[in-house]
Amino acid sequence: MQHIESEKLASVEAITSALAAIDYIASPQIATAVYVAQALGKPVLVEGPAGVGKTELARSLAAMLERPLIRLQCYEGLDESKALYEWKYGKQLLYTQVLKEKLGDILDGAEGLDGAMARLNDFGDLFYSERFLEPRPLMTALREPGGAVLLIDEIDKANEEFEAFLLEVLSDFQVSVPEIGTIKADVAPLVFLTSNNTRDMGDALKRRCLHLHIPLPDQRLEEDIVAARVPDVSDRLRRQLVGFVQGLRETDLKKLPSVSETIDWARTLLLLHADQLEPQMVRDTLNVLLKFESDIEAARPQVSELARKAQRLSETGIRAANA
Amino acid sequence: MQPTLENFVRALRGHDVPVSLRESIEAAELVTRIGYGDRDLLKNALAVTLAKSAEEKAAFDDCFELFFTRQAPAAPPPVDADENDADSDAEGAGGDLLDLVRQGDAQALAAAMEQTAGEIGAADIQFSTQRGFLARRLLDRMGLRDLERQIAAQRAGADSSGGGAEALEAARRFLLDEARQLIDRQFQLYAAQNAEKIREEFLEIARLGAVDRRDFHRMHRIVRRMAKRLAQRHSHRRRRYKRGQLDVRRTLRKSLPHDGVPFDIVWKTRKLDRPKVVVICDVSRSVAAVARFLLLFLYSLHDVIPDIDSYAFSDRLVDIGDILDEEGVETAIEQVLNRIGFRPTDYGQALEDFEEQFIANVDRRTTVLIMGDGRSNDTDPKSEILQRVATRSKRMIWLNPEPEAFWGLGDSEMPRYRPHCHLARTCNTVKHLERVVDDLLRSYNG
Repeated sequence: MQHIESEKLASVEAITSALAAIDYIASPQIATAVYVAQALGKPVLVEGPAGVGKTELARSLAAMLERPLIRLQCYEGLDESKALYEWKYGKQLLYTQVLKEKLGDILDGAEGLDGAMARLNDFGDLFYSERFLEPRPLMTALREPGGAVLLIDEIDKANEEFEAFLLEVLSDFQVSVPEIGTIKADVAPLVFLTSNNTRDMGDALKRRCLHLHIPLPDQRLEEDIVAARVPDVSDRLRRQLVGFVQGLRETDLKKLPSVSETIDWARTLLLLHADQLEPQMVRDTLNVLLKFESDIEAARPQVSELARKAQRLSETGIRAANA
Repeated sequence: MQPTLENFVRALRGHDVPVSLRESIEAAELVTRIGYGDRDLLKNALAVTLAKSAEEKAAFDDCFELFFTRQAPAAPPPVDADENDADSDAEGAGGDLLDLVRQGDAQALAAAMEQTAGEIGAADIQFSTQRGFLARRLLDRMGLRDLERQIAAQRAGADSSGGGAEALEAARRFLLDEARQLIDRQFQLYAAQNAEKIREEFLEIARLGAVDRRDFHRMHRIVRRMAKRLAQRHSHRRRRYKRGQLDVRRTLRKSLPHDGVPFDIVWKTRKLDRPKVVVICDVSRSVAAVARFLLLFLYSLHDVIPDIDSYAFSDRLVDIGDILDEEGVETAIEQVLNRIGFRPTDYGQALEDFEEQFIANVDRRTTVLIMGDGRSNDTDPKSEILQRVATRSKRMIWLNPEPEAFWGLGDSEMPRYRPHCHLARTCNTVKHLERVVDDLLRSYNG
């Protein structure tokens, strides 16, 4: 498996084609970032608008490398015990209760308090061993024997203490559990952090990570993505619908439609058996693309014109224009 | 590390991309892997490694283009080889330079120039005035003097075959031109930002009234950077532990796994107030010189402090929060100034308006910040209103662009207002502003 992996990650082209084989169309920037990440063994901080495929990138890479994807969703108040490990308190408690009976046997014949303590000491560590350790995503990822793809999603939602805590994990791929010792990854996981930029990440974290910004794709890339994800859409419709979305992105909206919305829309149109953009149909399905009522209201009057434009573009051969 | 990359990293740092040592080492490692051959690959890979935000990416792109792009080198004008051969032999070495020109190999010439530029340390250029000198030095080192000597010799010696001298002269001009361009590029890469930095440092401590309008963009950048710095410093620490007060509920809950034994003890914490600020800004005639910058500062505060209300006045007071929130910085400031700016001041009227309409926005968590000179055209200052506002608020801060010695002279009402302020300060540089706002925000976190 290692062999196949290294082949797939050998060069930027290899990564692009391996990702394309599982329907993830990577721009050269994305493929390069993946290549650099594995070459340097560094985590990648992925930023960009919602729905451009940040999470999907990690998922596809896991599928491509046949490694498990371990995902840690961040939220405010996320702390070590939920991200790294926790002791199985219940189990410890249960065992203590059961072992209470045995206590008499162990302490039998012990001389005074000191003697009893000495004997208990021999057993004390048992309760803080791996057996009672409940690994959480970060530790699971470190202990995965073949290496894992670790996705730390929406890191901007977690608070700053957690960010600081991540520094150790991300720079050395190891964590220390006071009762047991340091746990180090045999095979460093490929780490992706995503951020929607709701707040600025700390400089320390940024400097430790590679930085990849995924913008909204251009016409050509988006067509390829739609072709890969919704292969049943006819060429003409695909060109038109992508052209329409691209046009929509140039208007003044609260939330611009993202790639995921384009894909959803393509699926919707497919279900409706469309073979080209009809203004009426666009108007009816606008809620798939736009997620705010005010945006839909703002876009509605422009629909016919945008659709016409997209049609014209598709006829003149957008590919040639874009190339 | 390769010198090329080293220089590139230096250029990046000059363009406000703070590349760390570790990052530059990694970049070097990367380059040994991928080489310089594939330009796009190199660019993408270095961008991922070195530039860590949108602004840094933009700066990186500029820098990369400047650093790695070479226009196809122009070929030197032809110099008749036959005619000069004898001379150059006679002089021993007509100079490598002459050979290069004679061969007409543009690539080789450009490469030699770059190399010499490295040798004379052209990358250490600091000021634009060094450019001519460095260009000359570059060519001297490549053997321009020999070339010039030959031109002189030909002119003096063989008038009949003066064509040779003309061709050489053309070659010389060409070389000078090329060298100057090369040095220009070095300047753009390494030094252009220095001048900018010196200018910005100066602006930070320059009196606001003395700042020229054409420096407005620079000012904007400085103020924005300051605002960001402040935001970063104060965005956390919203909770403070009250040592010694047990949080019984949470301690009990935490003790459950230990069979009710309270191993983990939880102390009560107190959430700290988020800064709430009301800013009242004077934009009247008497502060005309600084009004623009005060508004600029106010505009940036809007980005930093989530809970802020802004008002501006000359005689009547208006809420300008919406304008500042929605418009771009320049339009916002223009709009405010057009609507209410540069009219005669009336502090009393403005305070009255404020109390009438907006007093509800002031509560015991609010800091009231007044920016103005306190010159009220001898109208009734109504300091009792200010007193009432001050009592309601957490703090009342007055920032006055005039030095303290002028307070109370002429129509200045500062002595009447001052007793009601918790803090009254002269504030006429960006540095002052930063200190005051820093204090202000800290009072919420402390």
